[in-house]
Amino acid sequence: MNWIFAFIQTLLFIVLAPLLVGWVKWWKCRLQNRKAPSLLQPYRDLLKLTHKQPVVSHTASWLFIATPYIVFSAMILAASVVPLISIDLPTAASADVIVLVGFFAIARFFQALAGMDVGTAFGGMGASREMTVSTLAEPAMLMAIFTLTMAASSTNLASAIGYVLDQGMVLRPSFVFALFAMILVAIAETGRIPVDNPATHLELTMIHEAMILEYSGRHLALIEWASAIKLMLYGVLISNIFFPWGIAVDFAPSALGTALLWLLLKLAVLAVFLAITETALAKMRLFRVQEFLSFAYLLGLLGLLSHIILEASR
Amino acid sequence: MELIKLDFYTQGVLSIAALIGLTSFLMLGQGRLLRLIFVFALQGLLLVLATALAGYSMENSHLYISAAITLVLKVFLIPWMLQKQVYKLNLHRDVEALKNSTAVMLGGATLVVFSYYVLHPVIQNSSVVLVNALAVGLSLVLLGMLLMISRHHAIAHVVGFMSIENGLFFAAIVSTRGMPMVVELGIAFDVLVAAILFGIFFLHISSSIDSLDVDQMNRLNEVDQ
Repeated sequence: MNWIFAFIQTLLFIVLAPLLVGWVKWWKCRLQNRKAPSLLQPYRDLLKLTHKQPVVSHTASWLFIATPYIVFSAMILAASVVPLISIDLPTAASADVIVLVGFFAIARFFQALAGMDVGTAFGGMGASREMTVSTLAEPAMLMAIFTLTMAASSTNLASAIGYVLDQGMVLRPSFVFALFAMILVAIAETGRIPVDNPATHLELTMIHEAMILEYSGRHLALIEWASAIKLMLYGVLISNIFFPWGIAVDFAPSALGTALLWLLLKLAVLAVFLAITETALAKMRLFRVQEFLSFAYLLGLLGLLSHIILEASR
Repeated sequence: MELIKLDFYTQGVLSIAALIGLTSFLMLGQGRLLRLIFVFALQGLLLVLATALAGYSMENSHLYISAAITLVLKVFLIPWMLQKQVYKLNLHRDVEALKNSTAVMLGGATLVVFSYYVLHPVIQNSSVVLVNALAVGLSLVLLGMLLMISRHHAIAHVVGFMSIENGLFFAAIVSTRGMPMVVELGIAFDVLVAAILFGIFFLHISSSIDSLDVDQMNRLNEVDQ
């Protein structure tokens, strides 16, 4: 039963991810006074791409073709670890938060390799930029997560969320910092403005898009879908760790139903915030990303410190 | 003492303490003078909130008065005076290039760890509930000094000085049950007088060396010539 539920939940992750992307896009269009595409447009795009014939350069090695599948499956595995609407998951019990970061790292590693594999200038440039951003973002993310795990004294996501849920309404200074650090890292890692622009194909500014420029057809569809799942993963992490209220602790249908409603509400609100920041801010210069991410790291560090200084028992 | 066993107001004061620490870091990373002054006013506002909450949870009506004095002086009057100076000296468009800001930030984090390490024995032996936040008070003082060291601009120095005073005030609130009124009024007026004097100094410095960059005062004119 548990395993079936874990399977269903992961499936829910995969199915809902393009909808979240569509929702963000819809709000962004409305905020910029443009006519918005339908919420289902990402699904249509994915469908269109799967029908097209993938074009692979004759200099590409097997790595180039294998990468979309590796990236997509790494994201599915990551999605299976994160509690979506219930915390009582066998998959969540088997892997902790460091494994989750590891899944992200695997996906990124192969994407960067594939970017360099074909030998175009853009691929290599995108790969090097992506690795620069992620080497700075990863410690910040780990700092933010360690703040949570120190409070809950467990690196397991499900038990940490359960701990926060158990304690009820406690004002934690460290969580405020961890939340902000996590938001900044999520923006950098999912390639959103002000770090990267997901809508651009301008050669000087793109990071993530430059890396996957050579992909087409179903390969591109898989990578796009994987990055949609990644966006949703970060959204779910932020909303379930810091605002876990509403998540189901057992498998009662009514609890699951309300949990799903709450989750959709939280994600919808988060996505609106994302759209507002993307509209209000301009993209940073590449060399200012380092400042942005070191600020995220500082916030994570302050979270840890304030946990030790202000919250720990003396 | 576990966080969950504390009452809601104490949790609130501790959270505000963390935010006050954050504002100090924001000041370290802020190159624009007007924004620096704004963040300073924000720190003052958080200080007012912390004082009022501490007064409520400790049932000490003295603290309301000191909160009110802080509100008037550090949230409105001093930031307003500094802002007026900035406009008067036509500095509001200047951006100070921060040298090795990452190193300064990490140095700031080290100072927080240091002040916690220094105060740990004190915190262990105290019975006041809020004394956990004493380390934040000391680190505000040290971060204010760091701000003064890392900047070249006289107005930034004054903001750093004022935030040192904020740190002392915060430390006094969390480690005692409110200072005597005389001491508090004395300090408040000292700060006010200091702010006015600094304003006069700004005018003198800027009229004699035509800039508020105090690095230029390192050179002795006669030696250079």
